[in-house]
Amino acid sequence: MNEQLALAVFASETGTHLVKPPDTARWRDHLRRFDAGAYERRLADRGYRFVSGLPPLLRAIHDPPPGLFVRGVAPVEMLARPAVAIVGARACSGYGASVARSLGRELAAAGLVVVSGLARGVDGEAHRGALDAGGTTVAVLGCGIDRDYPAAHADLARRIAETGLIVSEYAPGVEPAPWRFPARNRIVAGLASATVVVEARERSGALITADLALEEGREVFAVPGEITSALSAGTNALLKLGASPLTCAADVLASFGIEPDVHDVVADPLLELLPATADEIVRRTGHPAAEVAAALVALELDGRATAHDGVYRRTS
Amino acid sequence: MLARAITHALVGLEPRRVEVEADVHDLGLPSFAIVGLPDRACAESRTRVRSGIIAAELEFPRGRVTVNLAPAELRKEGSGYDLPIALAVLAASRQIPQSELSRHASVGELALDGRLRRVGGVLAVAEGARRLGIEFLICPPESAPEAALAGVRPIPVSHLAEAVAYLRGEHEPEPVQIRDDEEPPPLPDLAEVRGQERARRALEIAAAGRQNLLLAGPPGTGKTMLGRRLPGILPPLDDAAALEVTRIHSVAGLLAPEQPLVRTPPFRAPHHSASTAAIVGGGPGIRPGEASLAHRGVLLLDELAEFQRPALEALRQPLEDGIVCIARAAGRAVFPARFQLVATMNLCPCGARGDAGAACSCTAQRLAAYRAKLSRALLDRFDLVVSVPRPRASELAAGPSEASAAVAVRVALAREALAILPLRRTPDADALLSRAVDRLPLSGRGRARVARAARTIAALAGADEVGPDHVAEALAYRSPQELA
Repeated sequence: MNEQLALAVFASETGTHLVKPPDTARWRDHLRRFDAGAYERRLADRGYRFVSGLPPLLRAIHDPPPGLFVRGVAPVEMLARPAVAIVGARACSGYGASVARSLGRELAAAGLVVVSGLARGVDGEAHRGALDAGGTTVAVLGCGIDRDYPAAHADLARRIAETGLIVSEYAPGVEPAPWRFPARNRIVAGLASATVVVEARERSGALITADLALEEGREVFAVPGEITSALSAGTNALLKLGASPLTCAADVLASFGIEPDVHDVVADPLLELLPATADEIVRRTGHPAAEVAAALVALELDGRATAHDGVYRRTS
Repeated sequence: MLARAITHALVGLEPRRVEVEADVHDLGLPSFAIVGLPDRACAESRTRVRSGIIAAELEFPRGRVTVNLAPAELRKEGSGYDLPIALAVLAASRQIPQSELSRHASVGELALDGRLRRVGGVLAVAEGARRLGIEFLICPPESAPEAALAGVRPIPVSHLAEAVAYLRGEHEPEPVQIRDDEEPPPLPDLAEVRGQERARRALEIAAAGRQNLLLAGPPGTGKTMLGRRLPGILPPLDDAAALEVTRIHSVAGLLAPEQPLVRTPPFRAPHHSASTAAIVGGGPGIRPGEASLAHRGVLLLDELAEFQRPALEALRQPLEDGIVCIARAAGRAVFPARFQLVATMNLCPCGARGDAGAACSCTAQRLAAYRAKLSRALLDRFDLVVSVPRPRASELAAGPSEASAAVAVRVALAREALAILPLRRTPDADALLSRAVDRLPLSGRGRARVARAARTIAALAGADEVGPDHVAEALAYRSPQELA
């Protein structure tokens, strides 16, 4: 335990990617001088923990981290619960955002832990969806857990830490750097038994996560998108390679052996028209804009539709 | 001999009495000096006054001529002092009677041939004269209708010689004809906007409730076109408001002579390169900015995110208080600025976001930076936010939509209802609003804005209380999460 903490701190301080102790004088010197007790007390003062006993799924990947720094009040056993990773583009479309949000909500509601990377776009929406459903979600950072990165998600990070966990293999204080994010992705994929890619361009970080998941033999789902959209190029390429197409949350739940709740939803004729802008609905139904606006808000409040950049979509 | 003429300087919109003293000494070398803190345009008056007097076939005094603009510590700006200076010089050289001159205030710029040119701010000058108990204001004919609004009798003169003849009692100028029946030029009509049902509806609500509106969407969807059609559905200004607006526009020199009283709500659309001083007012002479010129009307900020951040932040005071306070070394001025803000913006820097037919190429960072330009505090000031999607070809081919005149009738009725009815929320409506606060990202300020919009919607519907349907519709125009 102490040696693992020393290794994690050493890797962070030297800015190297280490999964086992190197055979160098610098490492031996570091190990000799490292005071694990004092370091842990400093962590505890800030409400952080270090966990060396990794959950089995994460331990099984070929280069597991020495341990994880953890922020949040939830027990670390949460990391061993059935989890699904939801990843995708940061500059996602309204479609991607609403799919990520509703997947996060439905998968968390079904009892899965939603794992993602706290990035803008798909990641953030997936976390938010899980929080909406009152579910648990884990954010894996590519920097120290005390860094709110991106800064725009500081509030989201705080909300996640209230019920879920924020984890990182990097010691507090480590700044975000481009090369750390692919390394972070292996933990995202490693914590989850299934990875869902919502929207991804070609050669994007989300595809790295999917590749890592495939290498570890985990299930990979891709959300189909328009063949003409650059944001779907990555997901459609995954589908071509044999990833499972995801058309509803039940597809993922089935792979976990969870029977989705079949609840009788009163069909709303308005829902049949979605996705559409408010104006399109006005013209197709002939109802005045005022009535259509009120009806769409009612659907939003029931959680059955969301609006993004002016387009209303069904949530399921 | 010493002579005096009365005129007024403007500090912001406030007239300050200025005595133009002229002293002519027959002894000494011929000279002509103007003292009393004149600015460049005012100091150049010397040349114009000399030429004007000669062109009027009068005599420019041969001795030493000194003109003092009192109080000397107040900066005098502009060319409106030409006429009072000329008259004071003529009175000092006994070419017109001082007793007559004392009963008149005067304002106007002289041409080299002695004709009078109009200047800005005559309304405020006339108001200053009325406050001093001066009954007559000698001014260029184009400014006469404007001066008449202040309750003084304008003496329209087109040439310096005419003014002199009048003061000598040799000429009676024609009384001013005030025409208030002139039809204002037609405003752009809503009938020209095809489709965009939601945005049109939001425009109607904004007009009825005097609410601020943000139209967001890809380029070419008619956001600006919609914004420009708001003045056409606003009710005309009442007498008090019309006078306030006219005063500001007079100072800015924007009044049309055939339309002295501004009856239509003003519409201002500054370009996004505008400086802070251009937007809220300022400059060495403390001029009203676009925010004040849009007082009681509409300020359209096209491409909101392209404006300089300080200029936008400076708008927060007028948006909150309806006034702009400007403090400069030259003095302090308060301009009224109670305008309705309409802004347009793209959803992302490249503009393709929200457009089904185009792919957005913006990175997450660029998108975040673009939206971060608008502070939360500013976005919070928009009561209604509407996404304007790209219309389809079929919409553009459709027949004309409802005309502005029909919408204006509903707006006027709703304004009356808002003024007299309490329009409280029913318990059901309250419950819906509370549920929305729980389920949607809606701040306390956002809740208040939704409540206000719901009230306007109820007034437009002719209801006597605010029902859940009204609240639900108002929620549709809340600030969307993606802009937060």
